[in-house]
Amino acid sequence: MEISILALPLIASIISGFFGKFIGDRNSEIVTSLLVSISAVLSAIVFYEVIFNQYEENIKIATWINSGSLEVNWSMKIDALSSVMLVVVTFISALVHIYSIGYMSHDPHKSRFMAYLSLFTFAMLMLVTADNFIQLFFGWEGVGLCSYFLIGFWFKKESANKAAIKAFVVNRVGDFGFALGIFLIFYLFGTVNYTEVFDQISTVVDEKLNFLGIQIYAIDLICILLFIGAMGKSAQIFLHTWLPDAMEGPTPVSALIHAATMVTAGVFLVVRCSPIYEYSELALNIVTIIGMSTAFFAASVALVQTDIKKIIAYSTCSQLGYMFFAAGVGAYNVAMFHLFTHAFFKALLFLGSGSVIHAFKDEQNINNMGGVCRKLPYTYALMIIGTLALTGFPLLSGFYSKDAIIEFAYLSGTTTGYYAAGIGIFTALLTSIYSWRLIFKTFHGQYNNKEIKIEETHESPLIMLIPLIILSIGAIFAGFIFKDLFLGYKGINNFWNESIFFLEPLSTDHPPLWFLILTPTLVTISIPLAYYLFVKNKNFATQLVNINKPLYEFLFNKWYFDEIYDILFVKSSKRFGLFLWKFFDIKVIDGFGPDGISELIKKFSIKANKFQSGYIYQYAFVMLLGFSAFLTFLIVK
Amino acid sequence: MNFPILSSLILLPSIGALFLFFTRSKSENKITVKYVALFTTLVNFFLSIYLWFLFDQTTSAFQFVEDRIWIEGLINYKVGVDGISILFIILTTFITPLCIISVNNSVTERLNEFLIAILVMETFMIGVFCSLDLVVFYLFFEAGLIPMFLIIGIWGGARRVYSAFKFFLFTLLGSVLMLVAIISIYWITGTTDIVQLYELGIDTKYQNLLWLAFFSSFAVKTPMWPVHTWLPDAHVEAPTAGSVLLAAILLKMAGYGFIRFSLGLFPSASELFTPLIYALSVIAIIFTSLIALMQEDMKKLIAYSSVAHMGFVTLGIFTIQQQGIEGSIIQMISHGLVSAALFLCVGVVYDRMHSRLINTYGGIVTIIPKYAVLFMVFTLAALGLPGTSGFVGEFLILMAAFKDNFLVAVLASLGVIIGAAYMLWLYKRVIFGKLINSELKKMIDLNKSETFTLTCLAIPTLYFGFYPEPLINTIEVSISDLINTYNYSVASK
Repeated sequence: MEISILALPLIASIISGFFGKFIGDRNSEIVTSLLVSISAVLSAIVFYEVIFNQYEENIKIATWINSGSLEVNWSMKIDALSSVMLVVVTFISALVHIYSIGYMSHDPHKSRFMAYLSLFTFAMLMLVTADNFIQLFFGWEGVGLCSYFLIGFWFKKESANKAAIKAFVVNRVGDFGFALGIFLIFYLFGTVNYTEVFDQISTVVDEKLNFLGIQIYAIDLICILLFIGAMGKSAQIFLHTWLPDAMEGPTPVSALIHAATMVTAGVFLVVRCSPIYEYSELALNIVTIIGMSTAFFAASVALVQTDIKKIIAYSTCSQLGYMFFAAGVGAYNVAMFHLFTHAFFKALLFLGSGSVIHAFKDEQNINNMGGVCRKLPYTYALMIIGTLALTGFPLLSGFYSKDAIIEFAYLSGTTTGYYAAGIGIFTALLTSIYSWRLIFKTFHGQYNNKEIKIEETHESPLIMLIPLIILSIGAIFAGFIFKDLFLGYKGINNFWNESIFFLEPLSTDHPPLWFLILTPTLVTISIPLAYYLFVKNKNFATQLVNINKPLYEFLFNKWYFDEIYDILFVKSSKRFGLFLWKFFDIKVIDGFGPDGISELIKKFSIKANKFQSGYIYQYAFVMLLGFSAFLTFLIVK
Repeated sequence: MNFPILSSLILLPSIGALFLFFTRSKSENKITVKYVALFTTLVNFFLSIYLWFLFDQTTSAFQFVEDRIWIEGLINYKVGVDGISILFIILTTFITPLCIISVNNSVTERLNEFLIAILVMETFMIGVFCSLDLVVFYLFFEAGLIPMFLIIGIWGGARRVYSAFKFFLFTLLGSVLMLVAIISIYWITGTTDIVQLYELGIDTKYQNLLWLAFFSSFAVKTPMWPVHTWLPDAHVEAPTAGSVLLAAILLKMAGYGFIRFSLGLFPSASELFTPLIYALSVIAIIFTSLIALMQEDMKKLIAYSSVAHMGFVTLGIFTIQQQGIEGSIIQMISHGLVSAALFLCVGVVYDRMHSRLINTYGGIVTIIPKYAVLFMVFTLAALGLPGTSGFVGEFLILMAAFKDNFLVAVLASLGVIIGAAYMLWLYKRVIFGKLINSELKKMIDLNKSETFTLTCLAIPTLYFGFYPEPLINTIEVSISDLINTYNYSVASK
């Protein structure tokens, strides 16, 4: 049964990808949605077994690489951690499959699209159920590949193609670190199997390495290298540039891959490796700092963007930052909890925005929307739910997970922890403002679209709304229902078992009351504030922009990361490549090598040619010269 | 004596070539000629599979050995295979028939002679991989150049003569030194029999010079930076089948040579020169990847990427670890399949549009979808995506290199990033985007034989990506013994 969770999406993908032409678009859609849904039901059963019967299993499917002392198997590891991921991935995936039937109804390549979605699901499941680092890497690159296919799905769009390549290559930069981390693990432990590695961790705690001239603890280095991989996949600051561009893909893709599942793989990696990270204070601090910087950075950029999907993309970036700093302060289970709830409300927001885009016939700029809350009542209501959940409005799912993160950061008692808590609170305020800005600009105020009339906007079909409704139920209740499971009830937590490792148990204290009320209060106040700024008194917002023009430009251009990277990496490597080719290969190597030699021989033979001129007097002269030289030689001797 | 299976493998293609030689090349019997060649090579392929089936994986000793006196007391015709060489033989017999199938309208003149050249080449290549005598090895090794030289020089493109000479000049330079080295080995030890040489060992004081002489030949053929510049030119001018043979098999002779001779015969010199190989490999990986990024000609791009991929191979071999050498052999097999396929892919669009320039194309995914899918598979294999054979080789090599030297592994891993960039960019510019060139609308999707050849290459690429065990099991024992002997002789120095 367990293996069919993995196999069904793969089969679905093969059927739809290779035989889509024969069975037709409609059948491909049904087959893929059905098989992935079955996979979701099976995952739910596994999740149930894990919760109530502490079910754990490590199934070996086949040998993969077996070279010398390296042994890698295709396998399926089921424990609390992977069962949570199984449920998240298969459920969201099934809903996105169903939603896509409606969303892609006008697209000519439906079966190809469904095949990619299913293939992605398979790769993601391989990633989360791996029992060793190399299978994890397989899934890791596999989801990257599917993301590449899906971002570039509309292959005629130049921007989509560029974004797809950018996503893959930036991820490769992360994977570069990740791969080095795996090499180092193999170097130190002689194995890449999780349990075998984790068992040996305590033996290398004091080992120092000289890595490229830097003296560093081996454990620190492993954690940092793995984290570089996680930064790439989870779009953390410095390696985040691909995620906003990835919005070129169809919206269901953004919901599944770039919100709920793939981008959380980095968080999953850090949590999975908690037995290593727990021993590395340095790495945990780095994780915290990168996490909180990303949370703040992305939220600040989201404040001023005008593309509805990009705002949500930056919001995802920012929420991933929260998850990371939760992991960084050692609250891995809280990070997983936020991952879990985030999957619901962020998928809801993306699919909801897809519904809006659909209604506006592919318009994505929120300045060209507005005033449609009556025309799109269901979408409006669902988006409100998503926004409330995201901002952490009391009693919705985001409230439980996000506030828990801020609390645990505060309780960790370290300097970075306090900083993280402070930034977490401030970012929560920003999150609330940009989220409500999106809602108000999209649904309230005046109707601003000049291309299509307001009468032409229409509510999405039922097949798109049903997944949204299911997600909204999750967005409302997931936090409340699962908080005891993930966070423990009265300080006791049996759920995670061995899958998450705590060197020291998490603090069970409670932060002061004022601290507990602070975030919800800010979040609630920001609603009327946003309403005032973006609906009531728009001039004030424009004035604010005009006064702070440089800051606005800075934020609007996303802190100029793309421009700087373009100069630093893209242009310079192209220039260097051109130099190596035109100058080094052609001028230097060939010039002194074959071309030079043949040139030399040619010159020489031209000179030699002159001797064979055919004139008798020249020959006679040379003979005379030679003869006299010979004579001289004899005489001197 | 048993059935001389290796000699049969070596001779069969030549017998086929002889048949063709006496067939008169007329336009009406073109098909017949092709069938004769195809039949011969297919028989050879099945024979080699049978050889693999008979092959005993549990020993590192040479098997199916045939030993005949050629020149009394001087040279013996001695052939045999072990785990290191057998896979290369199968690669050769697998690629050659595919090559012959791919010869269609692109070679219009002297088809007969073209096929003879390919068949003769197969003889020489198999000879290289199973000869157990230095002189025999040398003869096969050098003779292999001649058909290739002719293929480029006669059936090549506009600048074929320049390319052919460049190719010849480079390779000859190295080869002469190797010949000198072989003669000196005979003077020093009194034999050129490889098995005996393995047992005798060569005095440490001679090893360095001899290693350098062999290196100069292998480095050119690999090709290693900075003696790689003949390869892009040769590929660009060669006809498709020539490029396929060159990339898939000819380049592998050097990698094989490094393992068999440099490591096997000159262990202490190999140890001494490892830093040199590391440096050149890393430079090759990074520099040629960057150069590949900037190419406008599809064939040149793939040629430069070949240099980078072979950089991984040399790096892996000289890590002198189980994972490294196994990775190198898998990388070579994988590169044999993938580069062959990529050159065939270029050939497909070249046959239709007569242009290799990337900017001729764009937006053809809906016009030739089958091609787009297969091309994507090989693109992914070339950038080393897990699940393709390219990943297994590269990852094992880097893993081993990391154990030995952090810096080298870090730098070489950078090549993996650039690799993704140039391959995906190539694919995007050729396949995706808007259709601008309206000529392209007339393109026809893969015909049956093209689909067949590319599928034949795609299946093992994926199969060995998910399950490389058949390859690893075949080479495991031979390599671990090689490493043991190596370590023993380095330690006892």
